[in-house]
Amino acid sequence: MRHSLIDRLYSGVVGAISGLGMLLLLAPTLVVLVISFTGGITLKFPPPSWSLRWYVELLQSQEIIEPALTSLKVAAAATILSAVLGCAAALGLARSQLKIARLLDALFMSPMVLPAMAFGLSLLLVFNLLGIRLSAATLVLGHTIICVPFVIRMVGASVQQLNPVLITCSLSLGASRWYTFRRVTLPLIRRGILASCFVAFLTSFDNVPVSLFLADARTEVLPIKLWAILEGSLDVRVAAVSGVIVLLTLAGLVCAEISGGVSRQIGSR
Amino acid sequence: MSPDSATGTNQLLPAVPLAALFFAAFVLPLAALVVISLFRDPQFSGLSLVQYVRFLSDPFSLKVLTDTLWLGAEVALATLILAYPLALVYVASGPFMRTLITFLIMLPLLTSTVVRTFAWIVILGRDGIVNSAMLSLGFWQAPARLLYTWEGMVLALTQIQLPLMALPLINSLLRLDRNLTRAAEGLGASRARIFVTVVLPLTLPGAIAGWLLVFAAAATAFITQTLVGGGRIILMPSHIYQQAVGVQDWPFAAALSLIFTLAVTGIVFAVGALSRRYVRGVDAA
Repeated sequence: MRHSLIDRLYSGVVGAISGLGMLLLLAPTLVVLVISFTGGITLKFPPPSWSLRWYVELLQSQEIIEPALTSLKVAAAATILSAVLGCAAALGLARSQLKIARLLDALFMSPMVLPAMAFGLSLLLVFNLLGIRLSAATLVLGHTIICVPFVIRMVGASVQQLNPVLITCSLSLGASRWYTFRRVTLPLIRRGILASCFVAFLTSFDNVPVSLFLADARTEVLPIKLWAILEGSLDVRVAAVSGVIVLLTLAGLVCAEISGGVSRQIGSR
Repeated sequence: MSPDSATGTNQLLPAVPLAALFFAAFVLPLAALVVISLFRDPQFSGLSLVQYVRFLSDPFSLKVLTDTLWLGAEVALATLILAYPLALVYVASGPFMRTLITFLIMLPLLTSTVVRTFAWIVILGRDGIVNSAMLSLGFWQAPARLLYTWEGMVLALTQIQLPLMALPLINSLLRLDRNLTRAAEGLGASRARIFVTVVLPLTLPGAIAGWLLVFAAAATAFITQTLVGGGRIILMPSHIYQQAVGVQDWPFAAALSLIFTLAVTGIVFAVGALSRRYVRGVDAA
């Protein structure tokens, strides 16, 4: 075979780089989990000894637990708001041929394109000019806007795949619009909604650019708190927080995968 | 479905609440940002373009902008080089390997940015993995400074943004007509040649889509830039943050964030439009 050498070289390079890529994808998560069980007081790797001391320390750190709870509450509120408003909008826009529908779709997707820092800053300035004090509510408002594009895309894709004949059938058989929505439309787009809620929640929980400007001293959120801690010192407690976040995310991913195939929903975006 | 205009607009009714919210909390603030950027000073004492002139005549700000855009471009190129082989392996393998790779890609995508950045602090730190490995293997005599360097920041961002590149590339490769590669194979082309002459040109739209996603994400990655890059590397996001929160110079911060937004989205749209015009291949979307 004339090409066998080139072919083998090509396969070798592709294999090596993809192996490196997979290692790179996995390594940081593993590193975080490993370092969170260190018995030492620095981020020395490999850890000099093993212990759960940083998790114990974390349980006693009110200044980290409180932002974490705030983050969970804000993410839950932003997820519900963006899911309800986004689903309604996606259902309205999905089958419309009108030009204004496409314009609205572009508007609802634009937070994804725009650097979120500009949006966060603009909200801060407007709240300040209007004399609205920053609170958890203003934060939820900002996060909702950031989460909407995911709902619009993922629920919109589910609605596109829905066979419109099913709805026509239900209506012509005498079911009311509300009954049809509840018993036909909703079950068929359920997976898209669940997947988008999952992504919206993580997006809000992880958001920095908007929270950076909108979170005041009373509504401190977890990512900003961790950022502030890490900017000052390399605190090992962050490793324990990271361990908790990684494990919870994994658990959430497994649950979401079992109930709705989130990876397929996200992958098909 | 009845196509008459009355039901056509009625259909849009469910979108009205969200449209109202977007008008009040998205369109209006951004309009306000534009207006604020036109004020002469932080006391709002008169309209002018002075903030933009200030930016254009300030070598420091200009360098911060070009550095930031360059960082995005560099990281996007690095992820492209890593993601192509990964996507090729994905497409060529069976269901088990595909699930594994999907999981590996989703894992960092769903883990918090601060956590991923923290991992890189552990890896690149003075007592981190790289340093202890190199020291114990005897390659280095003293621990090297990896954290708070440009290269460290590029490496961390490359890993953090890799999923954004891998997903569109995999989609693109999945849509590639396998008959084309089989034909090339049948005609005696080597696999490397098939990649360069068939696979690469046809999946270029996916590569460009991924490149743009990573470019925008890396240029705006405030957390990773500040924590891995450190205080001495100043890029647009921290420059804006400093001006807005530190100095409280709102007009200048507004102008900075508009210039940054225009630069990033301008590049994204320009490259996207050029690729749609000149590159033919399977669509990534």
